[in-house]
Amino acid sequence: MHPVLKLVAQRLALGILLLFAASILIFAGTQILPGDVAQSILGQSATPEALANLRKELGLDEPAISRYFSWLGNALQGDLGTALTNGQEITKSLGSRLKNTLFLAFWAAVVAVPLAIFLGLLAVRYRERWPDKLISAVTLASISVPEFLIGYVLMFYVGVKLGWAPTVATIYDSMSLGQKLNAIALPVAVLTMVVLAHMMRMTRAAILNVMQSAYIETAELKGLTSFQVIYRHAFPNAVAPVVNVVMLNLAYLVVGVVVVEVVFVYPGMGQYLVDHVSKRDVPVVQACGLIFAAVYIGLNMIADIVSILANPRLRHPK
Amino acid sequence: MSDTLLKVEDLKIGARIYPPGEKPRDIEIVHGVSFELEKGKVLGLIGESGAGKSTIGLASMAYGRGGVEITGGKVWVNGREILGTSLRDLRKLRGTEVTYVSQSAAASFNPAKKIMEQVIEASLHQGKFSKKEAEARAVELFTKLGLPDPENIGDRYPHQVSGGQLQRCMTALALCPEPDLVVFDEPTTALDVTTQIDVLMAIKDAIRDTGVAALYITHDLAVVAQVSDEIMVLKMGEMVEHGTTDQIINHPKEEYTRDLVSVRSTQHDGQQPTDNPVLTVQNVTARYKGTNFDVLHNVTMELHPGQTLAVVGESGSGKSTTARVITGLLPPRDGKIIFDGRDLSSDLEGRSRDDLRELQMIYQMADVAMNPRQTVGTIIGRPLEFYFGMKGAEKKKRIIELLDEIELGEAFMDRYPAELSGGQKQRVCIARALAAKPKVIICDEVTSALDPLVADGILKLLENLQKIENVAYLFITHDLATVKAIADSIAVMYQGRVVRYGPKAEVLAPPFDDYTDLLLSSVPEMRLGWLEEVVTNRKMESAGN
Amino acid sequence: MIRIPPAALIGLFFTGLYFFMAIFAPLIAPYSMTEIVGDVWEPSSSEHWLGTDNIGRDLLTRMIYGGRTTIFIATAATILSFVTGSVLGLTAAVIGGWVDQLMSRFVDLIMSIPTLIFALVVLSVMPVTLPILILVMGLLDSTRVYRLARAVAVDINVMDYVEAAKLRGERRGWIIFREILPNALSPLVAEMGLRFIFAVLFVSTLSFLGLGVQPPNADWGGIVKENKDGIVYGIPAALVPAVAIATLAISVNLVADWVLNRTTSLKGGRG
Repeated sequence: MHPVLKLVAQRLALGILLLFAASILIFAGTQILPGDVAQSILGQSATPEALANLRKELGLDEPAISRYFSWLGNALQGDLGTALTNGQEITKSLGSRLKNTLFLAFWAAVVAVPLAIFLGLLAVRYRERWPDKLISAVTLASISVPEFLIGYVLMFYVGVKLGWAPTVATIYDSMSLGQKLNAIALPVAVLTMVVLAHMMRMTRAAILNVMQSAYIETAELKGLTSFQVIYRHAFPNAVAPVVNVVMLNLAYLVVGVVVVEVVFVYPGMGQYLVDHVSKRDVPVVQACGLIFAAVYIGLNMIADIVSILANPRLRHPK
Repeated sequence: MSDTLLKVEDLKIGARIYPPGEKPRDIEIVHGVSFELEKGKVLGLIGESGAGKSTIGLASMAYGRGGVEITGGKVWVNGREILGTSLRDLRKLRGTEVTYVSQSAAASFNPAKKIMEQVIEASLHQGKFSKKEAEARAVELFTKLGLPDPENIGDRYPHQVSGGQLQRCMTALALCPEPDLVVFDEPTTALDVTTQIDVLMAIKDAIRDTGVAALYITHDLAVVAQVSDEIMVLKMGEMVEHGTTDQIINHPKEEYTRDLVSVRSTQHDGQQPTDNPVLTVQNVTARYKGTNFDVLHNVTMELHPGQTLAVVGESGSGKSTTARVITGLLPPRDGKIIFDGRDLSSDLEGRSRDDLRELQMIYQMADVAMNPRQTVGTIIGRPLEFYFGMKGAEKKKRIIELLDEIELGEAFMDRYPAELSGGQKQRVCIARALAAKPKVIICDEVTSALDPLVADGILKLLENLQKIENVAYLFITHDLATVKAIADSIAVMYQGRVVRYGPKAEVLAPPFDDYTDLLLSSVPEMRLGWLEEVVTNRKMESAGN
Repeated sequence: MIRIPPAALIGLFFTGLYFFMAIFAPLIAPYSMTEIVGDVWEPSSSEHWLGTDNIGRDLLTRMIYGGRTTIFIATAATILSFVTGSVLGLTAAVIGGWVDQLMSRFVDLIMSIPTLIFALVVLSVMPVTLPILILVMGLLDSTRVYRLARAVAVDINVMDYVEAAKLRGERRGWIIFREILPNALSPLVAEMGLRFIFAVLFVSTLSFLGLGVQPPNADWGGIVKENKDGIVYGIPAALVPAVAIATLAISVNLVADWVLNRTTSLKGGRG
């Protein structure tokens, strides 16, 4: 087998293994820790009988291992169980919310990725001059600012004072794409700002690293134009690190979504998760945790695979 | 005058440095250098690190690396002044009239592109040849440079060929657009000696056959003597001496040049082995953890009290691994180490404090061999404290004694390693080893990272200390000139085996085995015509091919 | 005399100010934490410099006490994550072998789940009290410190001067504390600043989501949550604590940057 295929297969297997281990961790986190689900649902004043009944109902009297495997087995078949609070099937409620979250994350990525790469290139082009310094100052500030601050500042000034965009991002299926985009304008802006700084900074570092290689000097000494040097020599080597940067930041975006959804009362998975954490609805929390972890692990895995595929030493072995 | 290809007049070059914690400031690194080069001639630029030779070489393409900037003077190529012309005109000059060969071809080739594409890129870009013509010329150059399978080697990626081959590909890259001038910047420095000789010969032939002119930059006078018509000696950004190769090598005028020419001056008459070796390596076979092949095969050698055993070989020969086995860092699979009549435990944990004290080590890179957060006094004082329990005034007195022995003196006690020069750092490492009053010191390539004159000083110091302290050296090196200078016995290693071993006089006298012959003959000698002589007389191909 | 660059001076000033207010909160605060002193969301006046909050408590008082909670939790979590992470990281690097493998793979696993999500999962079954918050935050964050400390120590551990110490026969304690630690200190100290910022943002986020500090007590994140409904009516009370979080984080960042630059430019610094 070609060594690259082997490495990619290994990485895929590792990703699956990691997801499996993460599912154990998520399950263990909610089951084995000192808190008791039944106790937390019913509160401190619950009678012992009521507790025992609920434990039985939830299957808590079975050993943890067998509960884990039946949970995992069902989850693999698309059945994530029922919510404790309203008895609804989690898979069903989660479906539309996952779609909404991905919709929001997708548009944030569409705006943020090209912008970050463009600004990263700009910072490299004007290295150590004012555009670069401005960009790095903004970066420093924005990694120190909580997502909800950006959210409320935009909501307050752009939404309330200027009235340019809706302050609450309500969307439903019957809306047209244009209406939906209008509704999510502010959350998309916030998410963009949240990931932009990191992505830009890492893109800048990745490209600078390539631009400082000896083969770039060779190309310059061949008398090539700046454009040719970048296009023919820097670009093929910079693609992999930049894609890597993008993937890592998309993974980060998935987490940023949680807070932004709460700020803008957006009907997505983050909002759903946070609601049910406060209601101590364990099956829902587990299901959401599993899906967030899967997306996160998946994006990290893609980042690794891209680096493997782009490495000429691996692609063309001796 | 019509034959002048390159003319440099009063060239001044500045650089911006960034001292930590201070404001960046500009310094001058080349202070007004002038020279001329005729068509088809080779000028060698020679000097130690910091002499400004690479910077001058790149200035002939009006290029400044990093923060380097040409601040004054004039440079003409083919009668046109190139400083201050537009970038557009410079691009026409670079890659067609003047080309460049760097020290590290491995870093200078784009890892993502095939060799051929990169070799012919400049010719195509400048419209000098069609793709077909350029490829034909590249294959012709590959053949001329002695590359294996010249028809197809261009289809490979840079990482798929060896270091010596890639260096020749880089030469082909530079020669392909039929330039008038090639700047060779230390093109063989990163190679093993036996590989260096092939590349050197290939470059020399190619220069002669194509009639191109060249600036040949190196720190090794013996190497430059083989390829250049003229030599210019540089020191700290200033010209020391400029003359024909014959004049510089055989009749140097300036004292600095004389020092460079006679640098390998240390002489040492080999002593005969005694009856009781202080260190014996007996039938040692070893491999690294997690690998499935032996890196040492049945290695045996002896070191006698107060003498020097030189272990010589190229990269991958197993000489440093031998040192790791002796120090206990790599327990051998088989065989044993006998020290002063007693068997040494094969791993570090099993050795007594005296075992450790009597066997000291000095490293190649002195800057990483000393803790940057400790002063010289602490560094030298620690073994005194650790092995002999010395404290206070007694310790201080001994530290000062040691500092005097290494010719530095008391003033250095409170300095940090970062405040020392390369040679001074290595001296402190020597003092640290001596502080333990060892019977044996393992010296692992201790002079390889130093400039020749500094290295020579270190060798002389080691030699003197040996007489005073009666300490034995196990001297690991790839440099045969060093070996000749200091050894009593020699072990030649090749691919994990000792291929030749004995007293210096015997090892260096014919008849030779093939490898020792190759190795000995590959050491550049400082006389004209040596290169051709060697290449015609060799029996064995070097490993780099 | 040490020359302090202006950026670091600003950072030091605000960091100092916030810590001062946190320590002496009861002496400085004009009212009591839970006392209702006026109408809902009064604008700022001479009696209430920052106005009042969503149920008529003095916002400045809430801010001072809130800062105390935020800074206390963040400091405790940082110390916990720092001590755990760096001790385990250095140990793993020096011991190596299966101990290192086991610990590093476990850390990889924890880091494969986003920190916020993992914290939410755990907090869904645990009672939300201060010690538990600190423990969850500190332990989850120690994985990052572990990685850094291990990476730095592995780099230093292969340096010739460490090998020289091993060959001299030095004990493990000397090697860790005298050879490795002094050289690992500056990246670790800079990281400490970043970890503190992360802890501030993290606890604020949790409280903002309603899963951190519980009412009537509140940290800055909680105060944002209490007052967020005012935003849509054009009342900016929620922005006050949010800005406080941001300025604290930026100030600490500026100080950390300066400390890092200073320690590397010390005598004997690297390079």
